[in-house]
Amino acid sequence: MSATPGDGSAPVLRAEGLVKTHHGEGAPAHAVRGVDLSVRRGEFVAVTGPSGAGKSTLLHLLGGLQRPDEGSIWLDEVRADGWSEARWAVERRKRIGIVFQFFNLVSNLSVADNVELPALLAGLPPKRARAEREALLGELGLAGKERSMPGELSGGEQQRVALARALVNHPPLLLADEPAGSLDSKGTREVMRLLSRFHQRGQTIVLVTHDARLASAADRVISFFDGRIADDATLEGTPARGKGISGVLELRD
Amino acid sequence: MRLPLLALLARGPAHGYELKQDLEQLLGSAYPQPNVGQIYVTLGRLEKSGLIEGEDVEQSSRPNKKVYHLTDAGREALHAWFEETEDEPRVRDEFFMKLALAPQTGLADQIALINRQRRQYLNTMRSLSKLAAAEDRDNRMAHLLIEGAMLHLQADLDWLERCQEELEELE
Repeated sequence: MSATPGDGSAPVLRAEGLVKTHHGEGAPAHAVRGVDLSVRRGEFVAVTGPSGAGKSTLLHLLGGLQRPDEGSIWLDEVRADGWSEARWAVERRKRIGIVFQFFNLVSNLSVADNVELPALLAGLPPKRARAEREALLGELGLAGKERSMPGELSGGEQQRVALARALVNHPPLLLADEPAGSLDSKGTREVMRLLSRFHQRGQTIVLVTHDARLASAADRVISFFDGRIADDATLEGTPARGKGISGVLELRD
Repeated sequence: MRLPLLALLARGPAHGYELKQDLEQLLGSAYPQPNVGQIYVTLGRLEKSGLIEGEDVEQSSRPNKKVYHLTDAGREALHAWFEETEDEPRVRDEFFMKLALAPQTGLADQIALINRQRRQYLNTMRSLSKLAAAEDRDNRMAHLLIEGAMLHLQADLDWLERCQEELEELE
């Protein structure tokens, strides 16, 4: 069991009355329409819903990549929605790791440099940055790939590098935006396994995905429709014996 | 159960307990507890209908065990089984009828029905994920079976999502 503070602790992340409207061509798109959300330390929350429901916009608001039109965001009970761009950039290095669907690695930096860069920017001595990078890449099954360039890796490997980069500064919060969205079924299972493993060690995760299989790795699933939370369900830890899937297969007669 | 047992016997004679173990090995956690009673009952029926034949084999210090082998008729039945295609799985009819009939009864809300059903599917999905994680990596058949169950469930969840999109627009 990981020694994380219990239920009484302050939420890692809290949002109240979030609203975001995109003004593009045509009618304004109401991406997020009044969302209240609280994520406790150590929780693994998945946000699912159809494409265009606004779930990625919600994640971008929570990570400071976009600004809400209305509402407030609190990180560790510090109000964050008024922060400047520069402040968000700094906080994202320390407090929030983010992984994206298309990895967003720096294509002309090696795997090792991609992972070490945020550690160095956060002020870690080069030696420690290297040690962190070595430990993470080893853990993610990427030892020996340090000198590769991102373009030489498979999608699944690139996403693991992105995960290492997101976690190198041990952020209290990991945000993941469709992390398996461009991976095949094997890559999806791999991402799922890794997220579960980091979660078991106490990592707080907010995951946006349309993939129910991936979402089922979380212990809480929020269904997002048309910019609003339609349902917020805590999943059961263990299957009820004797019903449901105690046998996936049923052989009759 | 009848045809799978016949198929296991196509390889060579076996007794009931061996067949149970074969099933366990083949299907892993996807079919965790083959019911040995059900296996013996089915073997009895197969013998009655002439698809297999049993022979008593004496064992020292134990009661006799019955070893079964496939008959020509049994082999014929297996050929026919492999020739046939199977029906497609259907939409969850009972849930669909609830959804369709809820408004006129005034007794249930469609969106609430969908949300509740989704929770159940998500819980099952989670159980399947755990099952897959615990299964021996090398048991490909068990993994394919669990993955198949997950993909069906994914389709059911996608369909719930479609229902919710359509029905929320009407509100």
